[in-house]
Amino acid sequence: MEIAFKLNGEQVTVQTEPTARLLDLLRYPLGLTGTKEGCGEGECCACTVYLDGDPVNACLVPVFQVRGREVLTIEAIDRHSLEPLLQSGATQCGACTPGVVMMATWVTTRPHLLEQFSARELMAGNLCRCTGYDGIIEGLQAALDVDGAEDGA
Amino acid sequence: MPGGRGAEATAVKRVEGLDKLTGAERYVDDLTIPGCLWGMTVRSPAPRGRVREVRFGTAVDWSEFTIVDQTDIPGENAIKLLETDQPVLAGSAVRHVHEPVLLLAHESREMCRRGVAAVEIVVESEDPIFDFRLSPTPDQIQHGSDNVLKRLSIVKGDVEAALAAATYVVEGAYETGAQEHVYLETQGMVAWVEDDGAVVVKGSMQCPYYIHAALTHALGRDDDGVRVIHAPTGGGFGGKEEYPSTIAAHAALLALKAGRPVKIIYDRGEDMAATTKRHPAQVRHRTGLDAEGRLLAQDIEVDLDGGAYVTLSPVVLSRAIIHAAGPYSCDNVRIVGRAMLTNSVPYGAFRGFGAPQSQFANERHMDIVASRIGMDPAELRRINLLREGETTSTGQVISDGADRIEVLDAALRHAEYAKRQERHVAFNAEHPYLRRGIGLASFYHGAGFTGAGEVYLKSRVGLAARPDGSVAVLAASTEMGQGTTTVFTQIAAERLGYADGDVSIVEPDTAVVPDSGPTVASRTVMVVGHLVERACDNLRARLEVAADGTGDELKTAIRQWYADHPGGSLQVEAEYHKPEWVEWDDEAYCGDAYAAFSWATYIAEVEVDLRTCNTRVTDFVAVQEVGRVMNETLARGQVQGGVVQGIGWALMEECKLEAGATRNNQLTNYIIPTSVDVPPVRVFFLQKAGAPGPGGAKGIGEMPIDGPAPAVINAVAAALGRQPTSIPLTPERLFDMLEDAS
Repeated sequence: MEIAFKLNGEQVTVQTEPTARLLDLLRYPLGLTGTKEGCGEGECCACTVYLDGDPVNACLVPVFQVRGREVLTIEAIDRHSLEPLLQSGATQCGACTPGVVMMATWVTTRPHLLEQFSARELMAGNLCRCTGYDGIIEGLQAALDVDGAEDGA
Repeated sequence: MPGGRGAEATAVKRVEGLDKLTGAERYVDDLTIPGCLWGMTVRSPAPRGRVREVRFGTAVDWSEFTIVDQTDIPGENAIKLLETDQPVLAGSAVRHVHEPVLLLAHESREMCRRGVAAVEIVVESEDPIFDFRLSPTPDQIQHGSDNVLKRLSIVKGDVEAALAAATYVVEGAYETGAQEHVYLETQGMVAWVEDDGAVVVKGSMQCPYYIHAALTHALGRDDDGVRVIHAPTGGGFGGKEEYPSTIAAHAALLALKAGRPVKIIYDRGEDMAATTKRHPAQVRHRTGLDAEGRLLAQDIEVDLDGGAYVTLSPVVLSRAIIHAAGPYSCDNVRIVGRAMLTNSVPYGAFRGFGAPQSQFANERHMDIVASRIGMDPAELRRINLLREGETTSTGQVISDGADRIEVLDAALRHAEYAKRQERHVAFNAEHPYLRRGIGLASFYHGAGFTGAGEVYLKSRVGLAARPDGSVAVLAASTEMGQGTTTVFTQIAAERLGYADGDVSIVEPDTAVVPDSGPTVASRTVMVVGHLVERACDNLRARLEVAADGTGDELKTAIRQWYADHPGGSLQVEAEYHKPEWVEWDDEAYCGDAYAAFSWATYIAEVEVDLRTCNTRVTDFVAVQEVGRVMNETLARGQVQGGVVQGIGWALMEECKLEAGATRNNQLTNYIIPTSVDVPPVRVFFLQKAGAPGPGGAKGIGEMPIDGPAPAVINAVAAALGRQPTSIPLTPERLFDMLEDAS
């Protein structure tokens, strides 16, 4: 079937099986390979994308659900915002990293969440086997500090 | 050192870091290969037996498929590694569940899945053996006379006489479970055939030349007939040391038969079910001490479950026994190791390579000894840790300038060990259901291949000078997240007095880079990094630039060389030479096991909830002496990642084995630590010891997984006043232990 949706700011129309996974649609026909598959069952969050602004696991989203909606992928993230994560050692092998970046970026735009949850709780959905999480948490804190400073300026 | 930059070098950012953060890094499944088919594997349903029939069902149109079985293998049907006992595809016999029997390729991934489901492998069962701790019945014998794949032993002094004279003799038996690597990128490989007939495979791997050797053997080709290219690799931890040879052979066989490129990407379920795991182990200790608590005798038996084929079990066993006695001085040591064949999915390399198993046992045992003779665990270690000039179990004299007692004391200080012990006593007396404890582990890890291993490897590194004066490092060492690219860049830039931007690292490709050996055994920085330095020196010498010359002088000389040699190509090499003092006797299993040891003491604090039997690690201090720290961020990341992987092994990661295969082969039910399951890991480096690596660096990648399990379980023991002896200590197992005791 034909499905139209907004992808990284542009309107796209694709021919696809309605039950195909959004993850496969993004990676193969659309060539957006920044979104990674880690587990295929919503446990690791490596395939995190935004659906209408909120993080979802692209491996759990059948394509028909994105009709008429907006999808943002790692390819839409401003690389200049990633310096704190680079400096803190948030990435090692890089396979979980795009999902980590999507979640961390989502958190940095919603700093009020830190009043209710710790950074570790907010990142607990993203499995990483390399860093032990310290590099990720420190990078997120640093990014929040940068954003906070900019907001205050 | 020429052009040395000292401290600022340790802050160099990960070279490929931004590509990883933006998702631009292209792993094997991200590559677009025109005309590529999907390949998949049909596997044995039975653990042991004769293959009687392969039935092709009617659910798919088989004319659309490329089908490969063992008769399509041009060379020997064997994955060449230490032995050649493991077939590329099973022939008439299978030895474990999930053993590859048949390969399929199709344009559609979904159709390929349906094809796999439509094949039935009919196996006439034979009697399997799954428990490596039991003696096999005659029907279960599949290797030699007793299923023992490898026996090794270390003997120092006279253990029996020393035990007879000891004031205390303490015995213990310890068990560790299988562990899944859970690299976040699953295994995968793409293969195609070039116009000149050469087979090319590209994919996720640690050891390009291992795959090259396996492919030439199985495909019956000469060295030039096979080319292996490393794709950015999303984690390895040993899991991509030997297993990728099998997937590479499978992809190559399908590509040869189909006449088209074929990509095999395991999904998580297949990866966790069919690939290697950490060897389960059982270790028994009998320890003699004098009245003051000094070690007089260590009598140790180490048994490993090798699984259905030899894989790397003999060398895992070797590292296990060499590390089994710990970093302690003892004149009488006997260590006997056995790796057993079973009909489980073969076990293989995993970060630590046997040392985590044997050191879990030793460090847990040290605490039990301390408790038995009424001594504080830290004090027992302090009086027995190796002093400068004393010898390890293999008789290796330790004189590297490191101070193991300083490492212990630093850890005790950072963890506020004594103060917390006191606080816990008060807390535990008051609280209705929470129990707190603190525990430590002192341990070591040898860097590089064992004994004469590096001599056999004869590793080489190339350095190519470019006409603009920049250089490119040519090595087979792969980047899998641990930082090879960044650290090699630093090493060459520092040695040459270059900016980091003047150094590039060539993607490992067996048609381009020399064989620097495998990317394993904590050898990349210390052994191969040292060769990078020597290649830099050779370039200077070749161009007659003084050893203390600046980077600009070298660049000028390179440009001049290209002006003088139009169309030429300037490249130098360095080859491994054994340090003269290293002496190892492989027959007697004694001597200098490693060119360097790294030393550590880790301390964990835990809180056990008696209502749920859940154990939470509330603080973790990791102090280590690894010689010079090449890159602070990367080194800290290695320690933190290894510690968390070790905490997972200690408390939550359990392979539920059924007919020798992991039944919980999903991240839904194989639980690894998340960010809320672990505390910040507080990392401290002492940098005193001289070592053979660049600027005095030693190995670091594996050691961090040796210490967490014993430190955590020792803390649980302190919290509960009980002595757990096996891991993983999941809440269910802790519940059973407490029930049994009551």
